[in-house]
Amino acid sequence: MNLQKIDRRWIFLFMLVGVMLPLIFPIGFKIEVMPNTKAVYDLIDSAKPGDRILMSFDFDPGSGPELSPVATAITRHAIEKDLKIVYLALWPMGVNLGNLIYEKEKDNLIWGENFINLGYIAGGLVAIQSMGRNFTEVFPTDANGNSIHNFPILKDVKNFSDFAFVVSISAGTPGIKEWIMSAGDKYGLPVTGGTTAVSTPGFLPYVNTGQLHGIIGGLKQAAEYEMLIGQPGTATSGMDAQSIAHIIIIIFIIIGNIAWYRNRKQQKEAKK
Amino acid sequence: MTEFWTQFGIWIGALCTLAIWSFLYKDNPFYKIAEQIFVGISAAYWFVYTIYNILIPNFFEKIFTDFSANWLLLIPGVLGMMMVLRIFPKLDFLGKYPLALMVGTTAGLGIIMYLKTDVLSQVVSAMVNPFTGGTVLAVLGAFILIVGTLSGLVYFFFSKKHEGFTGGVARLGIIFLMISFGASFGYTAMARISLLIGRLQFLLGDWLGILGN
Repeated sequence: MNLQKIDRRWIFLFMLVGVMLPLIFPIGFKIEVMPNTKAVYDLIDSAKPGDRILMSFDFDPGSGPELSPVATAITRHAIEKDLKIVYLALWPMGVNLGNLIYEKEKDNLIWGENFINLGYIAGGLVAIQSMGRNFTEVFPTDANGNSIHNFPILKDVKNFSDFAFVVSISAGTPGIKEWIMSAGDKYGLPVTGGTTAVSTPGFLPYVNTGQLHGIIGGLKQAAEYEMLIGQPGTATSGMDAQSIAHIIIIIFIIIGNIAWYRNRKQQKEAKK
Repeated sequence: MTEFWTQFGIWIGALCTLAIWSFLYKDNPFYKIAEQIFVGISAAYWFVYTIYNILIPNFFEKIFTDFSANWLLLIPGVLGMMMVLRIFPKLDFLGKYPLALMVGTTAGLGIIMYLKTDVLSQVVSAMVNPFTGGTVLAVLGAFILIVGTLSGLVYFFFSKKHEGFTGGVARLGIIFLMISFGASFGYTAMARISLLIGRLQFLLGDWLGILGN
């Protein structure tokens, strides 16, 4: 049997079953917390009750399965710490993704007092720079079009110095990179956040330099965060499936390599 | 009534997901329909969103409610119109001026920031004394960082032929690059599986209701 000619639909089927079964019948693999996740947790945990924090929703539903659990876990941690949460979005669809989390958590949130969603702001890097100069000029209203002067949560807010840190949940540009460049490096506001697993390796150098206070890379680290705050959610329930899927991928990579070596050997022998 | 529309939305989402997945078996009309619906709705959503959430509050409302305080907005307004004129071949040249302004402004604003964030800060962080780490692992990590950075840079130094000592260091650089590509691939595989998990949680949980809360 030539393994290199195997119909790839078998691989899709294996993967589907491999991911589906652990979701229906959880195994309960252990989740180890990585230092980068702990760094995000520590930054949020170090904030004092009543501190204002910014949470920027820089993603769309395409990255929702990975990033919504990150945003939910951080929001829950901020609620637990009694922080004032200010949502905004550098991506248009981020506004509604933020509202979905608000709907789930609204028993603990009072719009305008300890929570507000300011909506979408166009301009990416330029918009962040403007926020650093004059925050209320950039956001005269909240996401529902009401003047922000009506809300105590933004009373006396002038610029980034009135926030403890910013959390960017980012799937690309504009996103966490722009927050590092502008809010972090220019205005000195601590930056942390979560990214899709695809882009996480690209941000690790910023963690090493201290420009980024830890990073939550995808669903795996979202599960770690859920564990740290003691509130298992969708990320934790997906971890068994993630582990099984990785085992399947590893097995197929090994099989593929064995088939390739065997094929090459046969071709060499045939030439002789 | 709200419950009905929620269920209706879930059914639409589930059927569209299955239609898109059917492509994995082979190309078929269900996949094509779902793909076209996605493209059409995305374009319409963006169009409406741009008008109601960007143009109206940031431009028209300000101009019509307080012209004297916001008349400067006419400049970006006119530049925006000039950009739209690119759809007419005879007026195409007018679109180049706002585009040039955008490119120039973005480059001017970004260059200093990129230099600080991506070059200076990274160079400073690579200038470490490897022996200050404390533990053996930290010292080893610092050495790997230094050797990896230098050999990676040598690999991208094309003014000298990669042979002899330079060639050896460049080959070491390739090994570091390969390891970094491997890590990126691992993260990519993880991300794609996470998306599959998200869809399956939706199908098995929200749609079929066979997952616990």
